[in-house]
Amino acid sequence: MYKKITALAALGALLAAPAMAADKVKIGFVTTITTPAGVIGQDMVDAVNLAMDDIGGKMGGLDVELIIEDDAFNPPVGKQKVDKLVKQDDVDFVAGFIWSHVLLASKKSALDAGKFLISSNAGPSQLAGDQCDKNFFSASWQNDQTPMAMGEVLNQNGVKSVYVMAPNYAAGKNMIAGVERTFKGKVVGRDLTKWGKDAQLDFSAELAKAKASGADALWVFYPGKAGGALIKQYEQAGLLGQLPLYTVFTVDSIALPKLQEGNLKGVMGSLNTQHWGPDLDNPQNKKFVEGFKKKYGRYPSFYAAQSYDTIFMIKSAVEAVNGNLDDMDGMRAAMKKADFPSTRGKFTFGNNHFPIQNFYLREVVTDADGVWTTKVVKTVLENHQDPYAGECKM
Amino acid sequence: MDWGLFTIQMLNGLQLGVLLFLLAAGLTLVFGIMDFVNLAHGSLYMMGAYFCATLTQLTDSFLLGVVLALPLTALLGWLVELIVVRALYTHDHLDHVLATFGLILCFDTAVDYIWGPTGMAIPLPDFLNGQVTLFGGLDFPVFRLVIIFSGLLVAALLYFMVAHTRLGMLIRAGASNRTMVMALGVDIGKLFALVFAVGAAFAGFAGMLIAPITEASIGMGNDIIIVAFVVIIIGGIGSIKGAFVAAMIVGLIDTMGRSFLDQLLKVFMTAQNAETSAPALSAMAIYILMAVVLAFRPQGLFPPKVR
Repeated sequence: MYKKITALAALGALLAAPAMAADKVKIGFVTTITTPAGVIGQDMVDAVNLAMDDIGGKMGGLDVELIIEDDAFNPPVGKQKVDKLVKQDDVDFVAGFIWSHVLLASKKSALDAGKFLISSNAGPSQLAGDQCDKNFFSASWQNDQTPMAMGEVLNQNGVKSVYVMAPNYAAGKNMIAGVERTFKGKVVGRDLTKWGKDAQLDFSAELAKAKASGADALWVFYPGKAGGALIKQYEQAGLLGQLPLYTVFTVDSIALPKLQEGNLKGVMGSLNTQHWGPDLDNPQNKKFVEGFKKKYGRYPSFYAAQSYDTIFMIKSAVEAVNGNLDDMDGMRAAMKKADFPSTRGKFTFGNNHFPIQNFYLREVVTDADGVWTTKVVKTVLENHQDPYAGECKM
Repeated sequence: MDWGLFTIQMLNGLQLGVLLFLLAAGLTLVFGIMDFVNLAHGSLYMMGAYFCATLTQLTDSFLLGVVLALPLTALLGWLVELIVVRALYTHDHLDHVLATFGLILCFDTAVDYIWGPTGMAIPLPDFLNGQVTLFGGLDFPVFRLVIIFSGLLVAALLYFMVAHTRLGMLIRAGASNRTMVMALGVDIGKLFALVFAVGAAFAGFAGMLIAPITEASIGMGNDIIIVAFVVIIIGGIGSIKGAFVAAMIVGLIDTMGRSFLDQLLKVFMTAQNAETSAPALSAMAIYILMAVVLAFRPQGLFPPKVR
């Protein structure tokens, strides 16, 4: 009798096995490792590894396999890597993506293969609007939103005219569109500078134009190492105190240590907007920032926070279907609830699967240990939805 | 026309030109005189920046950093010549390209191992970090003036060395007829090694000058080396004078394009299109110039007389 039951149980297990097609969760994570922008990718990879430690390398009882790919800051390379992840590795989730143009080039490969695509940073307007997709989720924001918050700050500070500078690519144009959406004053000049692998890093000509334009303020979007270079040159050009600097995605935990190293005090007190800050008061963020600082000895950036969130979002989906990775509908429904601990606190998803969340004004300050970081000053936009959600038929 | 802005942009263009000249000078010495295609010249520019960044942080002085990093970069150039380049003089250009491309990969990986991927900032002393007021009440960053002056000084020194010293005479003679110079009892191998080291020092110096503005980072030389090649092609391969003039032209065209092209384009297209196409067009301008020069003067603007 006992033998029979064991045999039956064994048979049952055998029959059940095909239903549980996968024995592990495969996540492909695409980011930039090489080129000077690799510094951003490193922050993201560090955060993902920390998240993997924090969940013990398991989701819903399944082991998690992480495959990290380098897009080399180049849309065609990014697409190739996604093709490889989808076809060769047969991953369940494609995540990552710093750059809007890389994400736009890669999205078709992932979505056509019926995989979930999760952006841990890039938020191009196309994916929020008419090209939204049921299997695409954003763990970050739509590109326009952060500069929209900054436009409000400019209004509140009584700025009447502004000179804007951004790199010449998809996100740069979204960012400028965003600030122009809310800023009520006049944009007296615009510069789009060369971007990509051989991005322009010397802004002497543009800064001279900004100064000559007679604007009240300078607004810039320069992610990664270009941000540090721009602020350095802003100070060297003597614009400090003459042309107040407002930034989005420029002054962050990647730029600040090097600015501090170079003793460029001009950045102290400068203002930027973001949906997250290392000092945001919620348990998940505390755990994340403390864990990150302990493991890597530095503050995490928002790129890191979003990447950390990405892993927990995937975990919530896998757990909702008890590890049955074939149940795409179940996982999709779970992710839509945004029912996971997020470093930004509780938020909801809009119809286009972009977060509806708060945006804060942050100021550059010195922390108790003398390290330069940012402090949340106030909430600028509350439960804010991106302006493209209406164009999404979903 | 805002003449104040125009003047500032002329100075900015001059600064970029000087920087390009420092790179192109070494490149044209090695390419034009030794007939060796050195793609890894940009790596020496990067190494100069990293040496200077490290030494500046160790000694707490940018000036000391530069003074110490210069001979170090020259030494590195000499080692590269000794270990890799020397064996390749008799090979054709394709072998040069392959070998030096390999060198680029080695240098980039080495920097990643030693200094990490993040890049390094070079803090400037206060007296270099400010601005000076020029004629007409225009403010200009002190450090960019320093770049202009030191570049011009180096150009003058180089001109003097090549045109008026025994070493310069030997370099010119060695370039036009290697065998004859050897027959006269000159160690041409030693001479070329020296030229290579000097070229490396120039490239390194350019890296040291730009790093306080943009940081030292992996691959920083790989983008600018292409522009440096454009410069020596426009100027005439092997010609120091040509490299100087072409560097100034390219520097000015690039800066002026970035400054005023969008306004020019707005005259006959929408503002949005003008703003998007201006940066692309101004990035293209120097290549268009190169094509025009090649079409009318295939030898460049100032081909060396020795040929």
